[in-house]
Amino acid sequence: MSTYATLEQEARSQWEALQGRPWLRVGMAICGRSAGAQEVLDALRRALERHGLPATLTPVGCLGLCFAEPLVDIQKPGRPRIFYQRVTPQSAEALVEDYLLRDNPRPDLALGTLGGQVAGIPPLEEHPAWKPQVRIATRNCGTVEPANLWHYIANGGYRGLAKVLAEMKPAQVIEEVSKSGLRGRGGAAFPTGTKWNFLARAPGPTKYILVNCEEGDPGAFNDKGILESDPFTLIEGCTIAGYATGASKGYVFIRHGHEGPITLTRKAIAEAYKAGLLGQNILGSGFSFDMEVVLTGESYVSGEETALMEAIEGKRAMPRSRPPFPAQVGLWGKPSNINNVKTLSYVPEIVAKGGAWFAGIGTERSKGTAIVCLSGHITRPGWYEVPFGLTLRQVVEGIGGGTSTGRPIKLLQTGGPLGGVLGAERLDIALDFDGMAQAGAIFGSGGVIVADDTTCAVDMVRNLVAFCQFESCGKCFPCRLGFTHMLEVLERIATGQGRPADLEAMRTIGQAMSLGSLCGHGQLGFNPVQSALRFCADDFRIHIEEGRCPTGACRPVLSLPRRTRPQPVGGWYARHAYAHH
Amino acid sequence: MSSHQEDLRQRIRQAIAGQPQPTVTILSSLLAVQDALGWLPAEAIEEVATRTGATINDVWAVASFYTNFRFSPPGPHTVEVCWGPTCHLLGAQAILQAVQEAVGLPGEGDTPDGRYSLKLNTCLGACAQAPALALGHRIYGRMTPETARRLVEGVNQGEAS
Ligand SMILES: Cc1cc2nc3c(=O)[nH]c(=O)nc-3n(C[C@H](O)[C@H](O)[C@H](O)COP(=O)(O)O)c2cc1C
Ligand code: SF4
Ligand code: FES
Repeated sequence: MSTYATLEQEARSQWEALQGRPWLRVGMAICGRSAGAQEVLDALRRALERHGLPATLTPVGCLGLCFAEPLVDIQKPGRPRIFYQRVTPQSAEALVEDYLLRDNPRPDLALGTLGGQVAGIPPLEEHPAWKPQVRIATRNCGTVEPANLWHYIANGGYRGLAKVLAEMKPAQVIEEVSKSGLRGRGGAAFPTGTKWNFLARAPGPTKYILVNCEEGDPGAFNDKGILESDPFTLIEGCTIAGYATGASKGYVFIRHGHEGPITLTRKAIAEAYKAGLLGQNILGSGFSFDMEVVLTGESYVSGEETALMEAIEGKRAMPRSRPPFPAQVGLWGKPSNINNVKTLSYVPEIVAKGGAWFAGIGTERSKGTAIVCLSGHITRPGWYEVPFGLTLRQVVEGIGGGTSTGRPIKLLQTGGPLGGVLGAERLDIALDFDGMAQAGAIFGSGGVIVADDTTCAVDMVRNLVAFCQFESCGKCFPCRLGFTHMLEVLERIATGQGRPADLEAMRTIGQAMSLGSLCGHGQLGFNPVQSALRFCADDFRIHIEEGRCPTGACRPVLSLPRRTRPQPVGGWYARHAYAHH
Repeated sequence: MSSHQEDLRQRIRQAIAGQPQPTVTILSSLLAVQDALGWLPAEAIEEVATRTGATINDVWAVASFYTNFRFSPPGPHTVEVCWGPTCHLLGAQAILQAVQEAVGLPGEGDTPDGRYSLKLNTCLGACAQAPALALGHRIYGRMTPETARRLVEGVNQGEAS
């Protein structure tokens, strides 16, 4: 049986062996690949072979600096890591020839260094997109090979679990997590320690930890990012949650089609079993825990916690009524706890360093860090882990570099389609669960979409409501009909056919939805409209009174999928498909 | 029963039986068949019902709910254009228009010659590289209408030559 000490020794020797020759790491997560990283990796491999160079070439996850993708990180023995940005197959070959063969580090292609100075290349530690970051859940992202257990352990992985199993009682673990102030990162910001206590008190022996990586919010990509970059941090966090609550099994719930996170998480789970870090009698402690990846089909609502359980059971992802709550009657009728990927990814460091350490970061009621995904009209799109309490301006202008268009910011869309929009005048509020909710948007899962002044709020909201209408599961009519009706009204306004009574009509619909819907999808669905009416009332007014779009962004005919499922389109979506049989 | 049909059933059964994960359900089995065949023939509904001990109705309920399932064979090239808010801000409608023109379709669906299937996607997860589209399993970011058109036309030419 393995002990932590033997695993650590093996990990250290493997990590040290890597340092003996040039090590090239290529960011191969979704954003890297969609920017052409596969071609860059192939070019590097060919160049190394052609020159017969002894070097290690490793696909890694995402460092979060998506604006710089494809990103290549080259570390020569005894030298700092040098990050090269926007690498092409041609510049990849040049790097091999110039830096590896001739020792010219090509400052003109570099973004920055980590861990030391190289003449002519600025340190990444001083880069505006890196400097404000405090990397806890993302500490290994872009540094380790994603499903390589030895890389994970060599960087401090499984310290937390080893400590928990050797020294702590389950109740002490929950106490430590409560002390840390950790709140759920999946949307509702519920205190994690409190939630774990519900499950700990429920009768066993069969109880489940369900990890939510549905991540259907457009504009959010940090859950998939963590699983594609460092799945072990989630696996370790989930195992600790299992120990703390007396659960027997963890399910990681990922949307079908996202091959990177799915494959890497499966591979990492298999490695953990092999090393005795999952399965029976983990590290000889007597504690046993299983984990498995389960897939959902395309359905946004399957990320809602009770719909998620239905989907794991293989049914339609339609939310259940509560009570009973999942901690009493959950997956397959057994007590269950649902957490977001990010929430659990903090746990290993929280137990290793103590709850008080985590609680020392962030604000009074939002502890620790926020993992913000910046996209839209932004100079530096990417995902950045920063302490709560920074202002939105510091994030958007400092880290993100302001708008990519050079135009003024008009609004931020935060927290996914059920979140809301914030006007530019609120840029000085702090990044904080409660502060942002008060301002009319929510932090949610961390997506922040930046829109400049060419954006029309009506057009933006129409897109969000079309999403919600498309994704309504259809179980309850306030949501199913409400979104359809709201979209009709918005389309009328967008195309210059709006009537003065339309704003009131939307408020009435929105109120009925929030009062009468079964789950958060319908209950929160009015948020984007309500917040847009608050911050961008003029856009709506001009549309209705003058019959024109103030920015010209609203198009008369817009291709958006519009249906209350199921409705056929082409070969997709349910229909009387087999009539010919 | 024709040998073609027998062959189809065989592939469906293999897909259902070959699932790597311990938890096998109606949904997981349907996803496995969709992965193997690219669509769900009526036989798949029956086989999944048999394997999971469910009724045809139960299986059909699940299949008709999730929007990634297809009920007729897709063309060799499936194009998914993201219409999420980030891509929307950065020009998804123009990308969609370029793709529609390139394949000759007015919206989602299959081309009459069966070469392309076009679908909208709510978010491909590549928002940092928006606007994005997917060709088969591969995602392409930082699209312009022109690069999108060339990409989509290119796959067909690549295949024909
Ligand atoms: C329509 C809808 C979709 C949701 N989608 C997700 C999701 O994709 N990922 C997620 O973590 N939480 C999602 N949630 C929130 C979950 O229901 C749940 O609150 C969360 O997973 C709990 O984890 P946490 O306590 O760690 O935040 C969604 C909620 C609703 C109403
Ligand atoms: S509120 Fe909407 S998504 Fe939620 S159960 Fe009702 S119909 Fe389904
Ligand atoms: S919004 Fe298009 S990839 Fe996310």
